[in-house]
Amino acid sequence: MGKVLITGGRVIDPSTNRDGVFDILIERGKIADIQPNIPANGAKPLDARGRLVVPGFIDLHTHLRQPGREDSETLETGLRAAARGGFTAVCAMPNTEPAIDTRGVADFIHQEGQRLGLVAVRAVGAVTKGRQGAELTDFGELFDAGCVALSDDGSPVMDGLLMRRALEYARVFERPIIQHAEDLTLSAGGVAHEGLLSMTLGLPGIPAEAESVMVARDLALAELTSGWLHLAHLSSARSVELVRQAKRRGVHVTCEVTPHHLALTHEAIEGFNTDAKVNPPLRAEQDRLALIEGLRDGTIDCIATDHAPHADWEKDAEFAAAPFGIAGLETALGVCVRTLLEPNHLTWPQLIEKLSVKPAAIANLPGGTLKPGSEANLTLIDPDVSWTVDPQRFLSKCRRSPFVGWTLRGRVTHTIVKGGVVYSGDAES
Amino acid sequence: MPSTATTSRPTATAAWTRRHLLGLRELSADEIRLILNTAASFREISLRPIKKVPALRGQTVVNLFFEPSTRTRTSFELAAKRLSADVMNIAIQASSVAKGETVLDTVRNLEALKVDTIVVRHAAAGVPHLIARHANASIVNAGDGAHEHPTQALLDCFTIQEKLGRIEGLNVSIIGDIGHSRVARSNLWGLTKLGARVTVCGPPTLVPPTIAQLGVRVTHRIEDAIREADVLMLLRIQHERQEAKLVPSIREYRLRYGIDRERLARAKSGVLIMHPGPINRGVELDSSVADGPYSVILDQVTNGLAVRMAVLYLVSGAPEVSEELG
Ligand SMILES: [Zn+2]
Ligand SMILES: [Zn+2]
Repeated sequence: MGKVLITGGRVIDPSTNRDGVFDILIERGKIADIQPNIPANGAKPLDARGRLVVPGFIDLHTHLRQPGREDSETLETGLRAAARGGFTAVCAMPNTEPAIDTRGVADFIHQEGQRLGLVAVRAVGAVTKGRQGAELTDFGELFDAGCVALSDDGSPVMDGLLMRRALEYARVFERPIIQHAEDLTLSAGGVAHEGLLSMTLGLPGIPAEAESVMVARDLALAELTSGWLHLAHLSSARSVELVRQAKRRGVHVTCEVTPHHLALTHEAIEGFNTDAKVNPPLRAEQDRLALIEGLRDGTIDCIATDHAPHADWEKDAEFAAAPFGIAGLETALGVCVRTLLEPNHLTWPQLIEKLSVKPAAIANLPGGTLKPGSEANLTLIDPDVSWTVDPQRFLSKCRRSPFVGWTLRGRVTHTIVKGGVVYSGDAES
Repeated sequence: MPSTATTSRPTATAAWTRRHLLGLRELSADEIRLILNTAASFREISLRPIKKVPALRGQTVVNLFFEPSTRTRTSFELAAKRLSADVMNIAIQASSVAKGETVLDTVRNLEALKVDTIVVRHAAAGVPHLIARHANASIVNAGDGAHEHPTQALLDCFTIQEKLGRIEGLNVSIIGDIGHSRVARSNLWGLTKLGARVTVCGPPTLVPPTIAQLGVRVTHRIEDAIREADVLMLLRIQHERQEAKLVPSIREYRLRYGIDRERLARAKSGVLIMHPGPINRGVELDSSVADGPYSVILDQVTNGLAVRMAVLYLVSGAPEVSEELG
């Protein structure tokens, strides 16, 4: 790979507290230099004037559906969508068919990812065999295969003793157990946030307590075991408060929130809109505000998409029968700008920290920094351009988004992985 | 109150502009009155020797029932026939849905046959909305999960109006499994829009607390629901509720909330006893009360026909009732 010189952009790298106009020289897939006015010396120039140049986004929570549901998404379509969203690496959730519960399946994901040469993909292995919640997988084998964490996402680990053992045993590998915190006996087949609207629509509700009860249990288990608990997609104010208190006590816990939980409330399901049917469900305005506050004060470590693609025919169904999940990779940045930057909840450097620096640290992936010598994983953003969300134009196979028709500001113009451009907005228009 | 029913022209000022009837939540009080007044005209026709009018001649009405319900289906079927429509009844078993054919597949097949109105019953909330978003036909909700059952509430309103002469200012108590009841929701919308004071009553496990935000009174004591009521509307209590731990036992429910003669004795005289059917005799309603002098349960069935004629007629966009019935 040749030399690339990115010139004149506003470089924001929270990992080195850098924020200013610099040139960046990329050589052999690595960041070679950051200075004002680097001479080209034969490097291929990339004009970034008026753009932001930031460490590439890393998604801790992506469903790519392969193997098993290639009609909904494949590694190729999912990773192309990720590239367009500005992600240079994604963590593939294990609720595939078969689940990522053995080395063979993890190897398949990693080899296919390598072959595609797009966005880096690393598997999240399953905690239990077949994600059945009964027997632990061979943790060591999965971590040896390159899994970055373990999770039964899609389902929680319901059994308290099993969760305790998972947190304990994973300590050997210094990697987190990612819990989809949901007490299934309390969610009890619910399909929407339990509140006035679910009652009005006659839909079985999922109380916020289905999440917070599980969060409380798992925080207690993390405290008991000194294991590393990572909580996926927090949705409720009470959960945020529980994590805040646990962090104060020194519990080893990290957590994430999705752009849709930051931007929307349960009102989005009005009219039985399955494009707003997600799990955990979109909740009340007070929950949404608590999530933003949690992100602001550091209780919530990072933003993850929970990109969960489904085919149209599955979503065009009875609300109760339609699957949970929406496309999230291609709207993440714009929704965060609208929800977090425009109301001044976060600054650009803080947002980049949540989308890149923190998830890189949690997943222990190369990236999250523009320090010379590190892998050249970068995202270039035009912060001022406005665009309207049209799911028909998504690169993901999934066309379902609650943000359809929203006009968002800020768009990725280039995504660069190991020095190579894997997405360029120039190719689009 | 037979007076308005004998003059054929409805008095409501609203014009009907909707293609579908999906629920009462989105209707205005005037729109509800228009349906009731139109129903009054059709009620009168049902008393004539020749009960059929040509209003929907040449149109096709499909009863698309994903959930069995003989009484609602028969009522819609007869209503459509009295309007001279061609009627098709389609009962879809849950098993064929399991084979991979979606609700929309079924509807697309019907649409290919160019039907005009589809009357939909489904065990899942929101299915009529789903179909309305994708179909060219008019959609009438004949009951969707725990969401709405608009024609049931309309016939209930019609019956109350007929028996007591008004709805505004009346105390109506709805008793039973409010949380799972589409009848309760539609009645709550219809009755409150028409000015009734609605009380819902049942054990806390069956009465979602958020319902109070919709302007109804909530009580868990049956005595409070009975005392001031002009109308007692009982809901069917399903045996599944016991399995779902919502009530300790059906017997416990009957002892606490069932309406028998003794409890009825504490009600106002002339109170109306209503039930959407089918009744669990000896559970929510004692037989002696169901069949007693205050019961208007069979009038509800009769009025259901007129209300459904009115609804099918209005959503079809056919010419004004007065011209047609002249
Ligand atoms: Zn999850
Ligand atoms: Zn997920």
